[in-house]
Amino acid sequence: MDTPVKRKLKVATTSLAGCFGCHMSLLDIDERLFDLLELVEFDRSPLTDIKHIGTCDIGFIEGGLCNNENVHVLREFRSNCKVLIAVGACAINGGLPAQRNHLALPIILQEVYHTSHGLAAGSDIPNDPELPLPLNKVHPLHEVVKIDYFIPGCPPSGDAIWKVLADLLAGHEPQLGHGLIHYD
Amino acid sequence: MSEKTFVLDGKTIPYAEGQTIMQAAMAAGVYIPRLCYHPEFKPHGSCKLCTVKSNGRQAASCTQLAQSAAVVESDTQELNDERRALLQMLFVEGNHFCPSCEQSGNCQLQATAYALNVMSTHYDHFFPDRPLDASHPEYLLDFNRCILCSLCIRASRDVDGKNVFGLAGRGIKSHLIVNAQSGALADTDFAGDDKAAQVCPVGVILKKRRGFAVPIGQRTYDLKPISAMPDAKES
Amino acid sequence: MVSDMERHASYPIPTIGSILAPILERHGFAVTSLLQMLREVQERFGYLHPDAITCLSEQLRIPRVKIEGVATFYSFLYLQPRGEYRVLFSDNITDHMLGSTALMEQMCQQLWVEPGKVAEDGLVSIATTSCTGMCDQGPALLVNNFAINRLSPERINSICELIRKRVPLSAWPGEFFSIEDHIRRRDILLGSGFESGSALSALLQRGTAETLQEIKNSKLRGRGGAGFSTGSKWEFCRAAAGTQHYVVCNADEGEPGTFKDRVLLKAYADQVFEGMTLCARIIGARKGFLYLRGEYRYLLDHLQNVLQQRRENRLLGRSILGCAGFDFDIEIHLGAGAYVCGEESALIESLEGKRGTPRNRPPFPVTNGYLDQPTVVNNVETFAASSLIALRGGDWYAAIGTATSSGTKILSVSGDCERPGIYEYPFGVTVAQVLADCGAHDTQAVQVSGASGVCVAPAEFTRCIAFEDIPTAGAFMVFDHSRDMFEVARNFVHFFAHESCGFCTPCRVGTRLLQNMMDKLARGNGSPYDFGEIEKLNQLLRSMSHCGLGHAACNPVLDTIAKFRPAYDKRMKHQEFEPAFDLDYALSQARQMTGRDDAGAHLGENE
Repeated sequence: MDTPVKRKLKVATTSLAGCFGCHMSLLDIDERLFDLLELVEFDRSPLTDIKHIGTCDIGFIEGGLCNNENVHVLREFRSNCKVLIAVGACAINGGLPAQRNHLALPIILQEVYHTSHGLAAGSDIPNDPELPLPLNKVHPLHEVVKIDYFIPGCPPSGDAIWKVLADLLAGHEPQLGHGLIHYD
Repeated sequence: MSEKTFVLDGKTIPYAEGQTIMQAAMAAGVYIPRLCYHPEFKPHGSCKLCTVKSNGRQAASCTQLAQSAAVVESDTQELNDERRALLQMLFVEGNHFCPSCEQSGNCQLQATAYALNVMSTHYDHFFPDRPLDASHPEYLLDFNRCILCSLCIRASRDVDGKNVFGLAGRGIKSHLIVNAQSGALADTDFAGDDKAAQVCPVGVILKKRRGFAVPIGQRTYDLKPISAMPDAKES
Repeated sequence: MVSDMERHASYPIPTIGSILAPILERHGFAVTSLLQMLREVQERFGYLHPDAITCLSEQLRIPRVKIEGVATFYSFLYLQPRGEYRVLFSDNITDHMLGSTALMEQMCQQLWVEPGKVAEDGLVSIATTSCTGMCDQGPALLVNNFAINRLSPERINSICELIRKRVPLSAWPGEFFSIEDHIRRRDILLGSGFESGSALSALLQRGTAETLQEIKNSKLRGRGGAGFSTGSKWEFCRAAAGTQHYVVCNADEGEPGTFKDRVLLKAYADQVFEGMTLCARIIGARKGFLYLRGEYRYLLDHLQNVLQQRRENRLLGRSILGCAGFDFDIEIHLGAGAYVCGEESALIESLEGKRGTPRNRPPFPVTNGYLDQPTVVNNVETFAASSLIALRGGDWYAAIGTATSSGTKILSVSGDCERPGIYEYPFGVTVAQVLADCGAHDTQAVQVSGASGVCVAPAEFTRCIAFEDIPTAGAFMVFDHSRDMFEVARNFVHFFAHESCGFCTPCRVGTRLLQNMMDKLARGNGSPYDFGEIEKLNQLLRSMSHCGLGHAACNPVLDTIAKFRPAYDKRMKHQEFEPAFDLDYALSQARQMTGRDDAGAHLGENE
């Protein structure tokens, strides 16, 4: 007899101002990936190369917001995901990119494109409309949209990500506990 | 036998006259979250993390004297929710970037947040601009992480007899300063064997050239939650 | 009345020591006078020069961090040079209602200076300060700590002209500095025609213990708002063991909208000092302090004169009224811009020359106050009332007012009414009665007892001013229907964030978060999410804060949410969460640096 096929949950993932380290951690769940693929189907994600997110059950976002494109993608995720999860230090508190926040953006751009050593002649601040513009400051995700869950860590371990997913799939509040909850 | 006792979260705790709720709880092996309290110094009562309900009234357990037969609540959903909010306030007030902090894993702010299951910073970050002081040959001051617990101030004043550290400003502009017209640690009489060099619960006062001697993941609170070390004389 | 503006630049550094010497000597090199010395040093130099701090540190043998810690706690002390003319506009809601915002803009424009900054030539700095206690004759400002009221565009023009011409403050028109008493209703206290010395004579005649009994019989309660029994406080202090006892008069009248102590100290100083002297006799104190808020600096000379007069009349000093062993004198300490010092234990810290951080209590000041000795701290009005009681008896006083709130209360009425000023009523007067007397029409709300008090809506105007109903330290701010009660609450929230001492986490960070959330709503970025957050913060501040400031910081918000909900609802413009910051503005610096202004260089609201 066939058991009724349970609908797979649709999951999307992306990295904004992040380093893809959190995605690498997701891959670190190793052979549990097979269990995961029994339960979920990936929409937009570096794993699928789908460019725009469709309606999803869960969205995972690593990285904070450092430019306007990040904001667009985040909003797209928010409006398409029932549950949105901020993954990793950068998504939660700005992380490494936010270390620029004590410097004024114009000073950074000046330094990088005009005054630092070794610049090619005529180096200028890029202004191609194709390029995203940096925000005055880097912001964590929860300052711009409502975030439902957070998985801290830089990166969070594969076990931590798995635990949160497993808790959610089982329908209860994610709990990490000692050893899994980490900010470093 | 007429030993004085009070009840903390349903557990009978003995105490001696003049002991605070915190002191009695620590002696009995019961953990109450705290950051500005250190058993070797006069309690300060500023971080408010150790707030408990004693006979229904909220009070900082580090300053509140134990009272006979008092009913004290500490590990309750209501108080832990509020403690979580206080921790989140401390995180957004400063710049706490754990992945690059030498104190990560040994940090009491971080460990307490782990113990209370703080998953996010929740509030909007202030991202204050706080310069470092790398003037001293042996020590670095990273004010980004200061939580104004005043332990270094108390240690320097009360144990070292030096007054290297002090508190300046008011309200959200409160900040740590050092005792020199230049404002630089190198121009104070601070020394590595000062008590003040040992008491910072976070990562403000750091010894130079001693990075990552213990790998991340194997540090104090990586091995054991802070709540399992209720009577620890902090680092 | 005002000493000439002294320019720090005109003093070569090496003479700092010689300038500080007389100040140090006058204060007997006492560390407890640190705040007073800093204030005087600043009056000489315009700011606290680092070398002056070095000199104080050496001479007083205290660490520099301690001096800098104190100096940076108080709003009116500066470690960096400010303008030769330091202009501070009173930032209370009543000042705003009278047009202070536009007047400050006008002055900034005319003098080419940005708010909060110092002009490039160092001539002037313009900023805001918490309520200066001139709400009945605002808008008000302080220039080099002296008050100027009834500001108008014309008066601002004149002030700008005087500043531009570098006219010393002493040569400014005297009328600028005239401050009206505006006493509109007198009752037993303001109408008593009190004669200097009469209460002390009565005390000596009746006996000390008997006079204490009269104070107790009067059922007088503290007029600072908390309403503790004055007789009990004095009795506890009298019984407390200590090497010295102290009397402290709390004239740090910082609660926004309160100005009755200003008038009492101006027109009834004798009666206040006499009350302090009575208290001294009863508790066995030889020394008293008047802690005068820095905003009332202009009263200092007058008060010193009254004290001197009393010494000459043998009402202060040794053997008062010829009674051997009745020795008492009063010293005036000036505050320097810190509302929290109105809290009695913070006030004592400040008197000891420290940062005004509230102490852990218990122990209370009656047993462990100034220099850890038994200390009575009472409000100005309480001391004035006690003089009256010593004179006329406790039963007489107890018969006035209500059963649990005896006597009268002086109200500082301001805001939307025809006759703002000072009104003295027996306790039990209704809000409606006060409104009728002051000529208030179309009243939407009354904020009683200042920012930390209670916001009363029309349905409650039959309620009474009394400890058992609406307790008050004296403020009575009237708002008519043209006012936006959300903006009133937001003004108070800013006040608390500015005045938080920073000692405890919930108040230090929480008041600032609350301010940010109210500002978010004001910018139109609010959603029901923010509303929930504000309520949670209120709860946290109330339960976790160290002192009354944190506990009260959410009162204006809670009250206005409960009673003027539409003022909030109309700001909940979004159903979904919105960021607190303007996303499009967050691209402004990049747009400027790249010269881009295409559609892709902007971020709209949720697309």
